[in-house]
Amino acid sequence: MARLWRFDETIDTDVLAPGKYMKSPLAELAMHCLEAVRPEFAENVRAGDVMLGAPNMGVGSSREQAAEVLKHLGIAAVIAPSFAGIFYRNAINLGLPVFTIDAKLHDHPGLTDGAEITFDFDSASVMLPASDTILELEPLPDFLRAMIMDGGLIPHLEKRFHTTAAAEGA
Amino acid sequence: MVTLARKLIARAAGQPAVSTGDVVICKVDLAMIHDSGGPRRVKPMLERLGRHVWDKDRVVVVTDHYVPADTEETRAIQALTRQWVHDEDIANFYDQQGICHVVLPERGHLSPGMFCVGGDSHSPTGGAFGAYMFGIGATEMAGVLATGEIWLRVPETILIQWDNSLGACVTAKDMMLAVCGEIGMGGGRYQAIQYAGTAIKDLSMQERMTMSNMAAELGAQAGLIAPDQVTADYVLAAGGSLADDWADYAIEAADKAEDHLTFDAATLAPQIAAPHSPANAADAAEFENTKFDVAYIGACTGAKYVDLAAAASVLKGRRIASGITLKVAPASKQDQDRAADEGIMSILEDAGAQFLANSCGICAGYGDDRLADDEVCLSSTARNFKGRMGAPGSQVYLASPYTVAASAVTGTMRDPREIMEG
Repeated sequence: MARLWRFDETIDTDVLAPGKYMKSPLAELAMHCLEAVRPEFAENVRAGDVMLGAPNMGVGSSREQAAEVLKHLGIAAVIAPSFAGIFYRNAINLGLPVFTIDAKLHDHPGLTDGAEITFDFDSASVMLPASDTILELEPLPDFLRAMIMDGGLIPHLEKRFHTTAAAEGA
Repeated sequence: MVTLARKLIARAAGQPAVSTGDVVICKVDLAMIHDSGGPRRVKPMLERLGRHVWDKDRVVVVTDHYVPADTEETRAIQALTRQWVHDEDIANFYDQQGICHVVLPERGHLSPGMFCVGGDSHSPTGGAFGAYMFGIGATEMAGVLATGEIWLRVPETILIQWDNSLGACVTAKDMMLAVCGEIGMGGGRYQAIQYAGTAIKDLSMQERMTMSNMAAELGAQAGLIAPDQVTADYVLAAGGSLADDWADYAIEAADKAEDHLTFDAATLAPQIAAPHSPANAADAAEFENTKFDVAYIGACTGAKYVDLAAAASVLKGRRIASGITLKVAPASKQDQDRAADEGIMSILEDAGAQFLANSCGICAGYGDDRLADDEVCLSSTARNFKGRMGAPGSQVYLASPYTVAASAVTGTMRDPREIMEG
């Protein structure tokens, strides 16, 4: 079971990765993640928890630490009705699953802050045990899914270069 | 059904044409990185891949975030940046010469028809030159530096048309705050915006850059303006070169865009956006008498030569009110030098301005001049998110350099036309 962290305000990159701590190591930056809007978040979030954001999730800067701190803190997936483009690309490049949820499902009464849920990457769905409901998220295109499963862009490229090198060697 | 965005992407993808929704692999003509998201982040990833930059002449490096480097940590970041530039043998390195989005075109690196990426969210600024340019994160940049390629979903085109002409003391910044107020920060939907209309054609190159720059605030991927003689003249004066077919990119394509919004420049009043979103924009007159502490003229959005000149036109022969601090961080050294030559810097200084480095500074929440918890700032920058420019309790209002300067003189927020026409 995972805890759902629901945010109804727009979450921008500056509250995820505050400029003041950008020169600090990732672990320290992560301790300040969302402190301007939810000071208890960084301390209480647990590995496997899921974040549910408002529309235009991750708006703002290109700093990929905004997605990286969430991954570092153990967030298993970020779900939102819509994402800011750079944040969305950054998350996938870092291997952090991001899923778009239909606006109507986003209003589901079971998706309250602190709700106990189960998230499944393979089926792109959220289960709400309290009401025995399954909410289906929008599936990712195959090539983005593959990149996340490889652990992000760099491991994905590593595989590609390795395959190319092996083919050239053969 | 060609639009400027689709023509630029098709060229980069090596295809005769592309359609909205196609996923294509594009060849990158230029990749720009800075000291914050650049070498210190991409170096370990390139090492892991066992790769060097794919083409050292297509990479531009700028130091502008950790400037001035006045702590041990920031000096280490700058040292790493210089060492990496040396190791990769990159000639296009601008060390503490100003903010990347302003330095890149002023040194002649951008021209119509190009396909570019930048390691910073305000990279759509390059769209003002009829180039497709967008911002990416450091990991994606490492991928580009290793391969020279990037994937893209061909976006829709949202045409934002500005008819008629702007009045006195009304600027590109006011136009963009008005658009943010109208369609919101998600209104760009990660699509390609194209600005068109007589009011856009009338803008100088640096004012056009402000339009394209703030496409980021609309959540668009790119903010394009069809190139014309103004573009060509700027590129050549900056020492850049024009492709033989540059004029082929002068595509307005109003009937080909998926979405089309029209605004009237003639009736636009100076705008102010309240904390904590550029979308909280309204006529400056509605904020009349709102108190603030710090007037800030800075950033790629609001401290280029044209912005410094606008502020000086208000501040000439005037002084800022007591209790107000006016901080000015010219966007580039070249712009500052030109402003100094023309007497603009003296006017600002005589009015009581304090000068900061040619860097991103407090706009990005970097450095020692960050806002304190109870401070209220009226700023010519692009973003006023909670805590972005300092402590979580600080508040930022956004406006044009005219409005910031006029409000600094009166001591409370003001429509600049009140003191310029009064």
